[in-house]
Amino acid sequence: MTDFEPKIVAFLCNWCAYASADLAGVSRLQYPPNIRPIRVMCSGRVDPVVIIQAFKKGCDGILVAG
Amino acid sequence: MCPVTRPSEYDLGLAGRKAVSILYAQAIPGSYAIEKLDTAPCRMACPANLNVQGYVAMVKMGKYREAVEIIMEDLPFPGILGRICPHRCEKSCRRLELDEAISIRELKRVAADHVELNDIPVPDIVPRNEKVAIIGSGPAGLTAAYFLALDGYQVSVYESMPEAGGMMRYGIPEHRLPRSVLDAEIDNLKRYGVEIHTNTVIGRDLTIEELQEHGAGAIFLAIGTWKGLKLRIPGEDTAQGVSDVTSFLREVHLGNLKKVDGKVVVIGGGHSALDAAQMALRLGAIEAHIIYRRSRTEMLAEPEEVKEAEKEGVKIHFLVAPKFIASENDRVTGIECIRTRLTEKDTTGRRRPIPIEGSEFFIEANHIIPAIGQEPDFGNLIQKLDLKVSKWNLMEVNPETLQTNVASIFAGGDVISGPATVIEAVEAGQRAAKYIAQYLQGKELPTEWQEEPPMGADWVSLPKDEPIKERSKIPTLPVEKRLAGFEEVNLCMDEDTAKQEAERCLDCGSCCECYQCVNACEAEAVTLETHAQKEDTTTIDVGSVILAPGFQPFDPSKFDTYNYANHPNVITSLEFERILSATGPFMGHLVRISDKKEPKKIAWFQCVGSRDLNRCDNPYCSSVCCMYAVREALIAKEHADYDLDCAIFYMDMRTPGKDFEKYYNEAEDKHGVRFIRSRVHTINPFPGTDDLEVKYVTESGEITTEIFDMVVLSVGMETSPAVVDLAGKMGIELTEGNFCETTSFEPSSTSSDGIFVCGAFQGPKDIPESVMEASAAACSVGINLASARGSFVKEKVFPAENDITDQEPRIGVFVCNCGINIGGIADVPAIVEYAKSLPNIVYVEENLFTCSQDTQDKMVEVIKDHNLNRIVVAACTPRTHEPLFQETMRNAGLNAYLFDMANIRNQCTWVHSEDKKIATEKSKDLVRMSVARASLLESIPAISVDVNQSALVIGGGIAGMTAAISLADQGFPAAIVEKTSILGGAARNLTKTWKGQDVQEYLSKLIDKIEKHPDIDVLLNAEVSAVSGFVGNFETQISVGGTTKNIAHGAVIIATGGQAVDTDEYLYGKNPNVTRWHDLENDPDKLKTAESVVFIQCVGSRDENRPYCSRICCTASVSQAISIKEENPDTDVYILYRDMRTFGERETLYKQAREKGVIFVRYSLDKKPTVTEIDGGLEVGVFDPILQRSIMIQADLVNLATAIQPAENDKISEFYKIPLNAENFFMEAHAKLRPVEFATDGIFLCGLTHYPKSIEESISQAMAAASRAATVLSKDSIQISPLVSQVDAEGCIGCGLCEEVCLFNAIVLEEVEGKGYRAQNIPASCKGCGLCAASCPQMTIDMLHFRGQQIWESVCAAM
Repeated sequence: MTDFEPKIVAFLCNWCAYASADLAGVSRLQYPPNIRPIRVMCSGRVDPVVIIQAFKKGCDGILVAG
Repeated sequence: MCPVTRPSEYDLGLAGRKAVSILYAQAIPGSYAIEKLDTAPCRMACPANLNVQGYVAMVKMGKYREAVEIIMEDLPFPGILGRICPHRCEKSCRRLELDEAISIRELKRVAADHVELNDIPVPDIVPRNEKVAIIGSGPAGLTAAYFLALDGYQVSVYESMPEAGGMMRYGIPEHRLPRSVLDAEIDNLKRYGVEIHTNTVIGRDLTIEELQEHGAGAIFLAIGTWKGLKLRIPGEDTAQGVSDVTSFLREVHLGNLKKVDGKVVVIGGGHSALDAAQMALRLGAIEAHIIYRRSRTEMLAEPEEVKEAEKEGVKIHFLVAPKFIASENDRVTGIECIRTRLTEKDTTGRRRPIPIEGSEFFIEANHIIPAIGQEPDFGNLIQKLDLKVSKWNLMEVNPETLQTNVASIFAGGDVISGPATVIEAVEAGQRAAKYIAQYLQGKELPTEWQEEPPMGADWVSLPKDEPIKERSKIPTLPVEKRLAGFEEVNLCMDEDTAKQEAERCLDCGSCCECYQCVNACEAEAVTLETHAQKEDTTTIDVGSVILAPGFQPFDPSKFDTYNYANHPNVITSLEFERILSATGPFMGHLVRISDKKEPKKIAWFQCVGSRDLNRCDNPYCSSVCCMYAVREALIAKEHADYDLDCAIFYMDMRTPGKDFEKYYNEAEDKHGVRFIRSRVHTINPFPGTDDLEVKYVTESGEITTEIFDMVVLSVGMETSPAVVDLAGKMGIELTEGNFCETTSFEPSSTSSDGIFVCGAFQGPKDIPESVMEASAAACSVGINLASARGSFVKEKVFPAENDITDQEPRIGVFVCNCGINIGGIADVPAIVEYAKSLPNIVYVEENLFTCSQDTQDKMVEVIKDHNLNRIVVAACTPRTHEPLFQETMRNAGLNAYLFDMANIRNQCTWVHSEDKKIATEKSKDLVRMSVARASLLESIPAISVDVNQSALVIGGGIAGMTAAISLADQGFPAAIVEKTSILGGAARNLTKTWKGQDVQEYLSKLIDKIEKHPDIDVLLNAEVSAVSGFVGNFETQISVGGTTKNIAHGAVIIATGGQAVDTDEYLYGKNPNVTRWHDLENDPDKLKTAESVVFIQCVGSRDENRPYCSRICCTASVSQAISIKEENPDTDVYILYRDMRTFGERETLYKQAREKGVIFVRYSLDKKPTVTEIDGGLEVGVFDPILQRSIMIQADLVNLATAIQPAENDKISEFYKIPLNAENFFMEAHAKLRPVEFATDGIFLCGLTHYPKSIEESISQAMAAASRAATVLSKDSIQISPLVSQVDAEGCIGCGLCEEVCLFNAIVLEEVEGKGYRAQNIPASCKGCGLCAASCPQMTIDMLHFRGQQIWESVCAAM
């Protein structure tokens, strides 16, 4: 498992989490490259069904931030 | 790239910035500017105007070639002048004010010696037909030739001697100027097209007329001064062995004179005298003497050169004049001399030598070399020409243009000035080239000397902490080696020494004009034109002016006992802010300045430069420092991953803002910040460490000493002298504290009509207050200029939108390098190649900056040429750049929503900058996800709704009335809903404001205006009973005395007010002599007979039930106390308080009250005062923390400052779905940035319903609310985000889950005939959050632009 690199989909709220991820960039904070951000207008937009489907599709982790 | 480092203003000097810099990362405008001050004094001192600062900076960087290129902009001889220039620049060097001048000449030589001239490219020269003949190949002639050749002229130089160079070759000896350097630099001129004809004597081999016949359109005479002046003493002409210095040196350099026997005496005090004497020694003379009739200080040669000559053995006789030359058999035997003395300075400023009778003496000599001056040797040159020659036998020319009396002939250099230095000859050459070119172009030449505009002295200030650095020594050849031959005496500095020497430069002019930034800027945004930009003055016609000049932080340097100026670990609060900042000097790492160690203990000192008339002139409270100190302490604790001790030393903790008190309490109770009530007098360095010793007196009177790692001074605000000056110019009155004078009723109006004010210049204040006031000032202008509204507005027209509904996706991808931000980390070409492999891709390109204007223009073309219908930009974040690209889409005829961004900068290269491969791979993934989503994007039509241009104001107090009249005066009708039977609200109880202005008079006038205003409708005894609609289109139902009325309006302002609470404490309600608030002043009869009055503060405020400060009570009680004292000074007045919160300029009231004898006694929450009834009155007990004992006060009257609380707001909160905080005050959208708005569009708030505040603050906020409301009401229609929910009515089962979860009333169930209820969305109310879509069990709700399918495609593409 040492080589395991999880694929993580991150649903980021445009108004807070996505802005924070931008700010992390502005501040040049370094973090692991495993997340693939998807911008949504509110974390409330993320349908639980989509989360299940994403796991079924092979996603190793889901981050909903908002 | 920029070699000039200056202290960063933004980092308060804690870090550096370049001369080309951006103020800070998020600055607006977000572009770089070049700081140019006045030309550095070294350049101004140089006769040839060399860019000294520029080439010194290049040597500092080790860029010798660039240094030489800079030098060669003004001079073709870097190596020659790097050796023999008398360097006037060094005498003007500002480093002399600190230690010693920079060794500028040597740095020039270092650059020249490290560069092969052939490596320097000759610029593209556009050849011209005109020919110029130059007579004389000395520095003047060759410099003119160089510049004329650069200009494209055909230049021929004629030289009578066998080799070119003039006095540089035949005058200056080789030990000062090696011939290899001379030859190389003269030879280099050929590359520029200069032809040199040696051994050609004009006037003998060719005549000027012949040159003209051969096409020379202009002639430059630069023949120098080759004839030595005579001593005019006996024996000079008769004896052999007398030879003037020019002849002597010429013969040596021609190789005719190889040996000198015996003793030599040189007469003179210039460079050539030294040269002759030193040369004589090298040729074998056994002694070389110089006699000079003045003293050492008058010598023209440089002191160091004189010293070097003396080292070599030259004997210099000062204050000695020649009398006659003795000879035997026609051979010189010696010279009779006489000693001289100098007179006082005469009118020309020179000290004349006077012979001293009887002081004659004799020096034996075989050779006498007069070196007292030279004049031109015209030969046959100008015989036939009628050229004017002065009585000194020098050419006469126009001093500006160097033109002689014959128009086509110019003359310059020694021939017009007499013998001078090479650099002066270079200047003559530059000047001649300039005017010869103008002459040949047929331009009119000036007839008189053109005075240069006076040069300014606005240079960088001398750095305060600059260490003394000695000037680097130039290595020289040992004396014994020198005399053995002609080897160069001065050696080249090594590179390290040169670098250190160049680093001593103070960069006086800031930008050194090396133009390295021009070469570096790939976007060609910085050009020579950019550098040439100047400040200009523009006149703008305006109807109103808003002053928002802010404040300057107090400079604590003058507080010597705080050691701010001397100790690096005593810093200001602003400096501490920079230390805490992630973009600050230490990248947000909390360290102290001296040793960059993490501090374990930090102290804050409050009121530095505030509330202080003792050591500064700022009597007022700066309002913001308590809160920012608490904040800094908390953030510092957050930054430290260890137990950081934070102590705040204060007098009164002033946290009267909304939610501030809770923050303060948390800091103390939860985070352990220590609050110490003590004003510290002295901070001493703790010996042997970088720590600081703080000695203070505790509340109970004990003297305590603590050691801190650093001390932060909470500096106050003050108005800068420049702003005071501006106010004077604008005729604006200032307060005692130098803030703008305003009244309580017009808080944004200055004393000048049409000029308004906001922010800290109006009085010290924090961000929320400043932002409110800014909107209030905008409101004032809106009223002032109501008739001109919209007159300058230009509407942008976009081309018609293409319908792409049935088209297959044709996607274009633009991948941005963002300079090096993306391209320096990810492999952009690889991303581009990858993008080409994705489905539906038609076009991919790479840009240096995709956001640049030229790329936008190009993008429009590309979209049209390739018929693209979706665009993906892989660059930065859509949060900042999406609107720009969406506009470009519309310019190309595409819907704005056919666009998507892949954020490969903020969320990729910036956060994975250490692994280029990973960053590239993730970028590809992000592009793939974006492209997958883009294929499904669809056009979304804009939503526009009409605006009902009127407002509803809820609440008829001062805030509500001000809001209504502010809108009505701008032409927007308003209806006021007041639940009582009378307008006026809480202000009805007030007599005067803290500024002493009459409230009732103002109130009655305002009510009168409201009632008479045609655009204001007042509904009394009225309450809101139902609300529907959204921004621009609200409909509110009002119950008025049993009936209902519907009002349609576009905006609503909530001004429901508040009031002082009742209490059961302190016998209130039980004893008639215990009153609250204004009851006391409204009962003057009672006051008249009272001998003792006690005010008790914080009754019901700042306690468990109401953990907030009611903000206005301290000022109110202090004002009342002053009134009582003014009425009857014998009345004893006590104020029992917890912290005296007379913030801002209210502090002067506090001071005044104390001066009048009001007694202030502090109490704490755990030892509240007591009030008991005793015979004939009341007894108030309180524990005095200073006396450390309880005191009893016999009081006739006790007045309580009870808490202010908001009106009953629950219903309004529900109707409009706007939030309340825990204390029932309405909660604004953003405490700092949107203080009068709600998150729901079109709803605003003001007055006591927001938080307790004074009348002026209520008025200010009401105007702010009106101003923000006007931004909605001034539009006929508004565009709202079309990214809204979409309901598929077929699938809806009417469960109502969506309606339940929607926070914005944007989806409702409507009855559909025969089907029951069905969800219907209200686009204008919808915020696009998608909660409804995610909740819908039938999946019949989707979100435009964030459709389930679009999100899913992104998810799939991410795998």
